[in-house]
Amino acid sequence: MNPITNPESTTNWYLFLSCLLFSIGVMGVLFRKNALIILMCIELMLNAVNLLLVSFSAYTGNTDGQTFVFFIMVVAAAEVAVGLALMVSIYRNIGSIDIQSLNKLKW
Amino acid sequence: MNNTMNLLTMITPAMMIPLFPLLGFLIVSLFGKKLGFMSGWIASMAILGSFLCSINLFVGLEGDQQLNFSIFKWIAAGDLQIDFGFLIDQLSLIMLLIVTGIGFLIHIYSIGYMHHDEGFSRFFSYLNLFIFFMLLLVMGNNYAVMFIGWEGVGLCSYLLIGFWFKNPEYNNAAKKAFVMNRIGDLGFLIGIFALIFHFGTLDFMDVQNQLAGFEPDAPILIFITLMLFIGATGKSAQLPLYTWLPDAMAGPTPVSALIHAATMVTAGIYMICRSNLLFALAPFTLHVILIVGVATSLFAAIIGIKQNDIKKVLAYSTVSQLGLMFAAIGLGAFESSMFHVMTHAFFKALLFLGAGSVIHAMGGEQDIRKMGGLSKSIKTTFVTFLIATLAISGIFPFAGFFSKDEILAKAFEHNLLVWALLSISSMITAFYMFRLLFLVFYGSFRGTQEQAQHLHESPISMTLPLMILAVLSAFGGFFGLPSVFSSTHQLMAFLAPIFNSSKQVTLETPPLSHEQEWLLMGIATLAALVSIYYAFTLYLKKQQIPENESELTGISKVVANKFYVDEFYHKVIVNPVVILSDLLLVLVDKLIIDMVVNLTAILVDAIGRLYRLIQTGSTGFYLIAMVLSMVIVMFIQIIL
Repeated sequence: MNPITNPESTTNWYLFLSCLLFSIGVMGVLFRKNALIILMCIELMLNAVNLLLVSFSAYTGNTDGQTFVFFIMVVAAAEVAVGLALMVSIYRNIGSIDIQSLNKLKW
Repeated sequence: MNNTMNLLTMITPAMMIPLFPLLGFLIVSLFGKKLGFMSGWIASMAILGSFLCSINLFVGLEGDQQLNFSIFKWIAAGDLQIDFGFLIDQLSLIMLLIVTGIGFLIHIYSIGYMHHDEGFSRFFSYLNLFIFFMLLLVMGNNYAVMFIGWEGVGLCSYLLIGFWFKNPEYNNAAKKAFVMNRIGDLGFLIGIFALIFHFGTLDFMDVQNQLAGFEPDAPILIFITLMLFIGATGKSAQLPLYTWLPDAMAGPTPVSALIHAATMVTAGIYMICRSNLLFALAPFTLHVILIVGVATSLFAAIIGIKQNDIKKVLAYSTVSQLGLMFAAIGLGAFESSMFHVMTHAFFKALLFLGAGSVIHAMGGEQDIRKMGGLSKSIKTTFVTFLIATLAISGIFPFAGFFSKDEILAKAFEHNLLVWALLSISSMITAFYMFRLLFLVFYGSFRGTQEQAQHLHESPISMTLPLMILAVLSAFGGFFGLPSVFSSTHQLMAFLAPIFNSSKQVTLETPPLSHEQEWLLMGIATLAALVSIYYAFTLYLKKQQIPENESELTGISKVVANKFYVDEFYHKVIVNPVVILSDLLLVLVDKLIIDMVVNLTAILVDAIGRLYRLIQTGSTGFYLIAMVLSMVIVMFIQIIL
């Protein structure tokens, strides 16, 4: 069977990509210090999940997953708006968006 | 048919009787500050409304008609049904007229008396609340409604005794009255529970109907009646619970007149008369009541001789007169007791109001050793006070003569010893009342120069009630003329429907012959005159003035110190309670309860100190913790 036209193997590729994107996102969140990068990594994880949803939707022939993705995109847009606003605000206050300098709230 | 229609139209005025004072209370207590001086008049008008409704009922109910109606179902628990209902019959009518009538006069009087007081409207709101509860007590058609009134008047009594709450001594007097009453109330409550347990109802009429099958002196009846009587001793200040009443004189004088002389303290007598068949079926309890009544009457009268505070003298005389009423109940002479309740309400209210007028003139002085010769400067007060004194001493033809004579005659029929003791008690009464009269109104003025110039007659709002009460004290006795004067005893005929059933149970002794009655009256009058003469020689001829307490010796010192009853109670009851409380404070409260509470706090504190270390403030750490936790949760889910 042609691996390109075989729907099952096509889906597998999508799944690998999605997992890869998600892992990159997690690593970015864990090891980067720049708050803006962390935010972008979170977006990356979100979109990895979106990709997963879409590919499963195509595989099963059920449109529910695609509908759901639209909602997630709307939420993600809102979240980015808030998150970026926070970044700007943090930068204005302390002149940096390094999360290591955001350690006042403890004990 | 016409009759029942007639009765139905009575329900509205009957409901309005307690509503007026309640409304007055609400208006005066909510808007008292704005109303200012008007609040006194509003409160008085509320009582006047109740009084007019009572008269309406008094005129409307004929013969043995009674109005018994339920307003709403109040308590329904299984078989027990208690309605919130009113019973208007001849007995409650008498009490209604006394409470609202004298209550109205005392309200008017208070407008003058409390004029300068900063708590003017607060005073009137309490008075109206008191009248409301007293009316509930009197009108209730079952023991439960009566009990609300019973507790309510106790509350108002507490509030009014402690009216000048800035004085700690007055507050203590209020607390004492409240606690003493509570002891009695417990007895009353147990009696009520026993009634529910045994009869399954609290309705006066139902209980009475069920009593038909009982043998006299059944143990359960003795128990119930004794418990109810304990309630009565608390409220009506009998031995051994009387000590709160003299202390209650800390309240404003109109309060003493209304609550602690004319109305509330007679609640115990009313309650027993209301359940007369119950008590008549328990002769043993009647004996106890007789003994307590006679003992109280004598004991309080003796203490009264040596008191030097004008209000304290009247307080002990009230206790003594209440003892006389209880003695009458003990003799089975319920209607004589009610007769004395009525006349006593007239002349004792008058005496207290007169005393208030004297205190008003003296600028707050209450010590009779510092008065004297007041008859010239305050004539109206003097004349009315004299009438009341004659009435309480039992001088013909004033009100007290007839009611007291009736009780003495009943005592003579039953037992010579009781008669002799009660006669001695009324002799002593005559003595100390005239001692009071002579010391206050005759002789030379013993106060300060300043007080002498300040002496003045009270305003018309105070003297008018005095005059009305004086008329009642003078002629109130004609409601119950003894058989030598008239063939019908009006009050007895009026109350006959109430006491008919118990009359058949109690032993009827043959009535006294006319000669015997004349003799008894002669002896009583002579005895009173002798004591008056004795008081006359001591305090007018020899111009004696009571010594200071430190100069007293022997028996008179014991009497002046009220037989050390208060001290005795303090040592035997109050002190052990205080010691026990201190012990419990140290052992239970401080040691156990505080320890448990503190240990809990320490534990929470320690855990908090440990766990807060997680909050490092480093965002990276939080993120790692979050991802790790999610991974762990995922693994756990896969494994399980």
